[in-house]
Amino acid sequence: MDAPGLRRYESLSVEPASVRAAESAWQRARRNVSVRIGAAVLGALVLVALAAPWLGTVDPTLFDAASRDLVPGKTGTIVTLDGETLEHRFLFGSDSYGRDIYSRVLYGTRVSLFVGAVTALLALAFGTVAGLAAGYLRWLDGLVMRVMDGIMAIPAILIAIALVAMWRASLLTVIVAIAIPEIPRVARLVRSLVLTIREEPYVEAAIALGTPTWKIMFAHILPNTIAPLLVQGTFICASAILVEAILSFLGVGLPPDIPTWGNIMAEGRVQFTKHPHNVFIPGVFLTITVLAVNMLGDGLRDTLDPRMARRL
Amino acid sequence: MIGYLARRLLATVPVLAVVAVFVFLLLRITPGDPAAILAGDAANAEQIAAIRRNLGLDEPLPVQFGIWLGQLARGDLGESYYFKVKVTTLIGQRLEPTFALAALTITLAVLVAVPLGVLAAWRFGGWLDRALMAFSVLGFSLPVFVLAYLLIWLLSLKLGVLPVQGYRRLADGFWPFLQHLLLPALTLSVIYVALIARVTRASVLEALGEDYIRTARAKGLGELRVLVRHALANAAVPIVTVIGIGIALLIGGVVVTESVYAIPGLGRLTVDAVLSRDFPTIQGVILFFSAVYVLVNLLVDLSYVLFDPRIRY
Repeated sequence: MDAPGLRRYESLSVEPASVRAAESAWQRARRNVSVRIGAAVLGALVLVALAAPWLGTVDPTLFDAASRDLVPGKTGTIVTLDGETLEHRFLFGSDSYGRDIYSRVLYGTRVSLFVGAVTALLALAFGTVAGLAAGYLRWLDGLVMRVMDGIMAIPAILIAIALVAMWRASLLTVIVAIAIPEIPRVARLVRSLVLTIREEPYVEAAIALGTPTWKIMFAHILPNTIAPLLVQGTFICASAILVEAILSFLGVGLPPDIPTWGNIMAEGRVQFTKHPHNVFIPGVFLTITVLAVNMLGDGLRDTLDPRMARRL
Repeated sequence: MIGYLARRLLATVPVLAVVAVFVFLLLRITPGDPAAILAGDAANAEQIAAIRRNLGLDEPLPVQFGIWLGQLARGDLGESYYFKVKVTTLIGQRLEPTFALAALTITLAVLVAVPLGVLAAWRFGGWLDRALMAFSVLGFSLPVFVLAYLLIWLLSLKLGVLPVQGYRRLADGFWPFLQHLLLPALTLSVIYVALIARVTRASVLEALGEDYIRTARAKGLGELRVLVRHALANAAVPIVTVIGIGIALLIGGVVVTESVYAIPGLGRLTVDAVLSRDFPTIQGVILFFSAVYVLVNLLVDLSYVLFDPRIRY
């Protein structure tokens, strides 16, 4: 709204209206504090995940019976795969097998970020197709949305737990199992966007010009759903990271030797009263990661998607 | 009202049907012989054959679904292969702790979140408002099991005010019951508080901008009465709605919380069933939780009449 300019016009001022290039939503997003903090922390975590082998870590599956249950900062030994015994400083201590928690936490960053990102992409892709179809092809609408309503009636964690239990956990099955309950939310969002956008004059114009339906869907409607979808995607990413950790923690997720934050905590909970850091260190990493993704999402929502921002 | 109730009940049928199909297909789309999976790892060929006959697994899929639905309609969820009792009995046994935990959590959350949300909206942009918004982002990000261990460490191990874990039945006395339930309920309520407080704030904020608030103030009503009788009352519908939607969140939280605090409820049963690949129990628990979710949201819909006299069905 350029209210000042309007008022000037109404009072018939002779001063030239100050012309300022309207700031685009993306520019506003880049200046948002929440977006900046979230993106910076996430960027740092991505670097940690990529650089994990060069940050003073050892292979996260290595263990040494002589170095069990060390407190953080203690130096001990660790046996490499070749049978060599190395001197190693256990920055975050060691677990009850004598594995280095620092290495496991750093490598765990890879799993969490990967699961979060891929789950979000997967849920967005399938949800968008379902939502576009339901919103644009009216005969499909009832059927697709009833199925989506049904899936939404089952608590997300239960779907994920049940599917992982059926398929036996691997990186792929965990991601798919977490993505499935997220699809209906995306589909609903896309459908409601499509229903609004399809009434816009430029879509009517395209229809009048005889543009094929698939082209209207992908070239005219889809681009206008990108901002809300990006926002939704960050929230899915945050919840996927949480659910993966929960699955691992409950012992139904990725196999226990794979270093994930949930697995480290599940292993550490047995002796929580003596060594609370085994639970707390991965817990802090998990919380900071989810918080960063959520802050990024909140900031993007406030700047890119003002309609949604006003609702919450 | 009766007409609306009938229509609303009818609308839950397709939802429950999809849930039923999902739970049914869960076992059938799994690679491998469903009878062998159902029987568990310790079963012999005879037991597997008996299950196959019982479920009609040699029949085509639609026929199987018919058989399964028929059993479901008679309230037969099958028998747990791990606990060796009927799944319905099992769910009945584990209901009390979960129900008590959920009830205490919702009560705590509403008692904390609604006043906080109203105050934040009242002093929009003030320190409480900003603190609440920051807390809600943190509340959504703090994993429930991390919070659980944080509270155990602080309240049980350091301060020693509450027991670490376990559960006491209500029949064993009210105080021990509450004492053991307080920590898990506190843990579980944090995310719920974040959710409800945020919606309360937004919805009261909107109501405070209405003309009737100015009128109420103009006729000299006290701030408290304006806030509660006029703003909150008009903001009630979204708040009740989010409490209903939040039940899904609560069920997910129950699964984790009961595992951490060793509470023998339905959430713990779910995890135990998954770990022992006890599929009749997994199916039963999913059906039960989904039905509860659908039912609660139906009640929420119907409760709108109580909160907003403008709504008539």
